[in-house]
Amino acid sequence: MQRYAILAISCWSGFLVMGFEMLSGRILAPTFGSGIYVWGAVITVFMTALSLGYLIGGRLSMKQPSIARLCLLHAISGALLLPVLVFELPVLDGIFGITQDPRLGSLLASVVLFSAPAVIAGMVTPYAVRLLVDNAQDAGFYAGLQYFFSTFFSAAGTLLTSFWFVLIFEVDQILLLLFGITQAVALTAYLISRKRT
Amino acid sequence: MRSRLIGLLLALCAVAAPASAAQLHTERSLYRNLFVVEDNGLRCLTFRRAVATERQTCMRTAQPDYLVFPYTRMMLGSLLVKPDPKRVLIIGLGGGTLPMTLRQLFPDLEIDVVELDPAVTRVAEKFFGFKRDERLRVSEEDGRVFVKKAIRAGTKYDIVMLDAFEDEYIPEHLSTKEFLLEVKSTLTPDGVVAANTFSSNRLYPYESATYAAVFGTFYNLKLGNRIIWAQPNKLAERSALETNAKTFDAAFDKRGFDPDWLLDLASTDRDWDKDTRILTDQFSPSNILNAR
Repeated sequence: MQRYAILAISCWSGFLVMGFEMLSGRILAPTFGSGIYVWGAVITVFMTALSLGYLIGGRLSMKQPSIARLCLLHAISGALLLPVLVFELPVLDGIFGITQDPRLGSLLASVVLFSAPAVIAGMVTPYAVRLLVDNAQDAGFYAGLQYFFSTFFSAAGTLLTSFWFVLIFEVDQILLLLFGITQAVALTAYLISRKRT
Repeated sequence: MRSRLIGLLLALCAVAAPASAAQLHTERSLYRNLFVVEDNGLRCLTFRRAVATERQTCMRTAQPDYLVFPYTRMMLGSLLVKPDPKRVLIIGLGGGTLPMTLRQLFPDLEIDVVELDPAVTRVAEKFFGFKRDERLRVSEEDGRVFVKKAIRAGTKYDIVMLDAFEDEYIPEHLSTKEFLLEVKSTLTPDGVVAANTFSSNRLYPYESATYAAVFGTFYNLKLGNRIIWAQPNKLAERSALETNAKTFDAAFDKRGFDPDWLLDLASTDRDWDKDTRILTDQFSPSNILNAR
C-alpha cells in the first residue's frame, strides 16, 4: 500500500513539473517574447533547479525518511505555485524595468518565478526512490520504476497542458488546478500510507 | 498502409521535381531553414524546400515594384485610412516588400522594422532588394518587446503593420487583447493598425472578436488571407477612404492593382459569433485553433 502511495506522488510530481514548465513559456511571452532564448532560459532554469533538487532530496533522504515527509515535500512543491500566481505580473514588470534584453530578462524571471517549485519537485525523486528500496538488490528495479512513472507522467503533463488545458482554461486557472490536484494527491497518499500501519 | 506509403512517395517526388524552379540560396537560422527559389522570373522566399504554396514573399525580378500577393496590396491599402504617415512600424520583415514600397512612396518616412530572425533580414537584403537607410531601421528582436519599449520611450506611429505570421506558426503573444492594447497605445489618434491574419479556420472568429474588443468596428478584407484595418478612435468613413483612394491611383496602379479593388473588399460587417471568447495573455491557444 505504501508503495502505491509513493508511486502516486512520483506520477503527479512528474506531471506537475512539465505542466508547469509548459505554462512558464506562456507566462514569459507577453514580456520577453517567445523567441528561442526565452524557451532556452525556461528549460535551463528548470533543469538546473531539478538537478539541485535531486542533490538536496538525496541528502535529505539519509535522515529518517518517511512517507509523511515525502507527502509534505510534494505538497510544498505544489503550494509554491501560488506565489507565481500572485507575483507574476509585478515580477515581470519589475525585471523588464531593469533589463529589456530577452536573454537576461527571461533568465532572471525564470529563476525568480519558477525555480522554487522545481527544486522541491526535484527533491521528490531521490526521496521516493529511497522509500521504495528495501535492499540494494532491488535498488535498480525500484529506481527504474520511479523514473518510469515520473517521466511517463511528465510526458502526459506536457501533452495535456500544451494541447488541451490551454484550449479550455486560462493560464492562472491551470496553475490553480495543478496546485489543487497536488494537494489532493499529497493528502491521499498520506492517508493511504497510514492505512496498513 | 502500403498504398498510403506509395502515395506519399509519389507526392514527395512531385514536390521534389518542380518545373524549372532554381534554388538560388539556402540559409540556416536559429528558427528555420530559408530557401530562395526562382521560377519563370518569380523569385520567392520559402521556409520549406521548393514548396510553392508556402511562399512567404515573392518578387518579379524584372519588375521589383510589382506586388505579387493580394495580402501585401491589402496591407499597403491601410494608406487609404491614413494617407499621410510620418512614422510607421512594421512587425515581421519577410522579403522587405512593405518597407521598400513605403520608402518609394514616402522618401522621408520614418520606418521601424522588427524582425526576430537575423537570417530573414540577411536574405531580404541579398535577394529581395531590401535596403536600410537613415530613416529605415531594423531591430532584431521580438515584436512585443519592441512595442513595450516604444511605449516606455513614448514613440507614436501613424501606421503599425502586423505581419509576423506564417502558414504554420502564429506567435500567440502577438494575437492577444493585451498586445493589441499595447499597439493601440502606440498609435497616433488617427493612426491605423493593419494586421495580416487568417480568414478560413477556427481561429478567425476568435481573432475577430479580439480585434473588435480592442478597436470596435474595423475594416475587414478577405481574399485568401484576411487583413484588418483598425483605428484607436473612430474608424474613418468610407467616403474618406474613397477620397484618399484618388491620391494613390497611380502609385497602386504601378504596383499592379487598383484602389477601388481594395474598397470593394473592405467590409465592416460582423461575420462572426459575437459571443466568441477573446484571446488574452491568459488564454491564447492560437496555434491549436489554427491547426483545426
